[in-house]
Amino acid sequence: MDLQQQNKLLYARAGFGILINDYHNPLPVKEAVEKLFPKSLPGVLEMITDQEWADNTPKAMKEIADDSLRKQKQKEFREITNDLNTLWEMAMVNSYYPLLEKTALFWHGHFATHIDNPYYDQNLLHIFRKNALGNFGDMLRDVSKSPAMLQYLNNRQNRKQHPNENFAREVMELFTLGRGHYTEDDIKEAARAFTGWNFTDEGEFIFREKQHDDGEKKFLGKTGNFTGDDILNIVLEQKQTSVFITQKLYRFFVSDELINDKHVNELAKHFYKSNYDIGSLLRKLFTSDWFYNDKTIGAKIKSPVELLVGYQRMLPMQFDKDNTILNLQRILGQHLFNPPNVAGWPGGKNWIDSSSLVIRMRLPEALFGTKELNLATKDNDKEIAGTMKMGKGKDKTTDKQFRVGKVAVKWDDYLNIWKKYNRQELPGLLAGFLLPFPLPDDKLTDVISCADSSSDDSFIKSLTILFMELPEYQLV
Amino acid sequence: MISRRKFIQLGSLASASLMVPSFLKGFEFRPPQLTGSKKKVLVVIQLSGGNDGLNTIIPVRNDIYYKSRPQIGIKRDDALSLNDETGLNPKLKGIKQLYDDGKVAIINGVGYPQPNRSHFRSMDIWQSGSNARDVLTSGWIGRYLDNSAAEANLHNSLAIEVDDSLSLALKGEEKSAIAVRDINQFHNAAANSFFKKIASHEEEHDSQLAGYLYKTLRETTSAAEYIFDQSKIYTSTQSYPTTPIGKRMKTIGSLIISNTETQVYYVSHGSFDTHVDQKNRQDKLFGNLDEALTALVADLKQNNRFEDVLIMTFSEFGRRVAQNASNGTDHGTASSMFFIGGSLKKPGIYNNLPNLEDLDEGDLKYDIDFKQVYATVLDNWLEADSKLILGRKYDRLGFI
Repeated sequence: MDLQQQNKLLYARAGFGILINDYHNPLPVKEAVEKLFPKSLPGVLEMITDQEWADNTPKAMKEIADDSLRKQKQKEFREITNDLNTLWEMAMVNSYYPLLEKTALFWHGHFATHIDNPYYDQNLLHIFRKNALGNFGDMLRDVSKSPAMLQYLNNRQNRKQHPNENFAREVMELFTLGRGHYTEDDIKEAARAFTGWNFTDEGEFIFREKQHDDGEKKFLGKTGNFTGDDILNIVLEQKQTSVFITQKLYRFFVSDELINDKHVNELAKHFYKSNYDIGSLLRKLFTSDWFYNDKTIGAKIKSPVELLVGYQRMLPMQFDKDNTILNLQRILGQHLFNPPNVAGWPGGKNWIDSSSLVIRMRLPEALFGTKELNLATKDNDKEIAGTMKMGKGKDKTTDKQFRVGKVAVKWDDYLNIWKKYNRQELPGLLAGFLLPFPLPDDKLTDVISCADSSSDDSFIKSLTILFMELPEYQLV
Repeated sequence: MISRRKFIQLGSLASASLMVPSFLKGFEFRPPQLTGSKKKVLVVIQLSGGNDGLNTIIPVRNDIYYKSRPQIGIKRDDALSLNDETGLNPKLKGIKQLYDDGKVAIINGVGYPQPNRSHFRSMDIWQSGSNARDVLTSGWIGRYLDNSAAEANLHNSLAIEVDDSLSLALKGEEKSAIAVRDINQFHNAAANSFFKKIASHEEEHDSQLAGYLYKTLRETTSAAEYIFDQSKIYTSTQSYPTTPIGKRMKTIGSLIISNTETQVYYVSHGSFDTHVDQKNRQDKLFGNLDEALTALVADLKQNNRFEDVLIMTFSEFGRRVAQNASNGTDHGTASSMFFIGGSLKKPGIYNNLPNLEDLDEGDLKYDIDFKQVYATVLDNWLEADSKLILGRKYDRLGFI
């Protein structure tokens, strides 16, 4: 694989696609990888200030006597989640450190919560971004004590007299060890250790000692008067945790379906030895020779967010409607802060069915071309259902249809770069930039035959759109 | 899978069209038939948002019901009487007529153990057909497709969701239904000349995933053409309402009457999330549903297909017994299901109304697990093996 291909693959996986300038000025792999790591911790992506939160805490809400006014305020507050979603999405598009956002996106799917509280979401997102390339143990502890997780997995109801096992089960099954590496008894004992973990009305973690069961517990072969922190430490001591997390990171960054156990085990060992240093694991992964192998190319299906962010990183553009990205996230099946369940987005082939594939293939023309695309979102999208108007005078329900907004693309720089090439070599070169692997000649000919060749500009634009419509463009 | 041999036999037919890439497409040249074997059809109507079962099937003799719902309880005189103790929501006039004709079965108190009150989670549980604790990434109808004979699924259109995107219920491990909200639009989109041209390339892909995407594309293109052709066979003379649910029912009606191979149609209607001013919203939604259903049934009857069709409704949960302070109701647990069809074994009210004296923190205790209902539909109606689809055997109910 030549250096340009290596750079393309690196940015496709460690980020959301290579920028056109980086593509034409590839760096040695080690340098390119190093450039992906920020030198300092990211700031908070802040949609809600502490003051705004103070006005919207459950306590503040309770003080509003009027029922419908309170419900209205609660609804308005919940809807800020959409703005937080957009803010993060823009960070992915504009970041100098796409690896940070991409890895945070991984953790959002790993520690999946869905709670309808944008302030808690904002805090949790900060935990993901702060620790994305940091220490997994720190992140696990922070997430476990976050209001979002405590609420989502019912640890507020986990009390000495009535243990609730939800969090204890998922922390092992989904967050650390994976199925088959603990017993039902381990879950019961761990649940006892997490009793009393709660948060205040202001959203601060609190350990309620009176609700905590401080008796002796037997957990994963150890005995003691364990607290929740002890349980997390014991889980981190298990090598299996490093294997489980590494497998999942491998599937996210390397391949949806083909797992090379040797490479995973090598990485897992390194991960464990480094005391769960995520950045160190990813440096090792992206500088490994085996990563830059032809088998890696096209071994992943882009997630909807990768696809949408990828468009915007490839070409500078402005959407004419704010809700286009949100609606597309919904309809393509990856609505940020709304993962389908505690297991997160299953990913891989699950992203694609007949309708999502056709929508993906129609999007480039709808966004950058001339055709219109109207889509209906589902009734069971709660935010939409919640805002649906159905006044007394209206006797018809309406489809929750939206038109995919047009985008204003700033094509100039892009066109200037590609105009340097003649029409014979251009299609192959454009395909090389846009698609994970080269097209066979007959398919390339078919694509060219559908392009608008009336001018150089339209030729480049229409070819770009056609390549983006191909099934190959869904792969990375 | 269809054998290669069959493909070769059909090759001459397939070559009639220049754009035919795949053996699947050969079957489109089989003349469409209005007669012949008429398969049983299931129409699933999802009432999204949590429909209030107690204001749907009303316990008109129950004091607790009226005490719990001083403003929104439906009076005995307003309800459509099903029997001495049971009333039907006044907006469901068409269903009441069908009920009187013996074409409706009502199952009360359908739910599951350890009910979840989140829309999303509970909808997942219903759509995937799982227990409250398990998380499945496929749906019950999707797994029905996985387990059905490939022969029956030539056009990848054994199940259709009349919508733009596909619900979990219709995604299998291997196969999935297709989502079609508007047949013409879908045909224009999926069978456009560029996509067809691209789909015709059947080169071997080094990337497994590319092969998967191309297979999905070919199947979708093929399904779009098949459904488009089928939709032209029969144009309904029945007048359907022009509401979204009415339009969807019209699509379903014409495809059923054209004897399309599709066995399951899936459609959503809502939102029934009636926290505030419940009566107004539920009235509108029920009115629209009732008109659309009435039109569909009339169409099916007129074309002698009502006997082959079973229509079922479900919702992710019912609502709390007591109303809230906004003349609405909050998320609850069990709810009732309608089954409408021309050949029910046991029409009428299948089981007792929910017991309002024995509640679980203000919510109904479920009487029948919804997976029992699915098992009944799968085994007795779709002639499938519910054990393969639901993971275990459930006792079937005797209504079909």
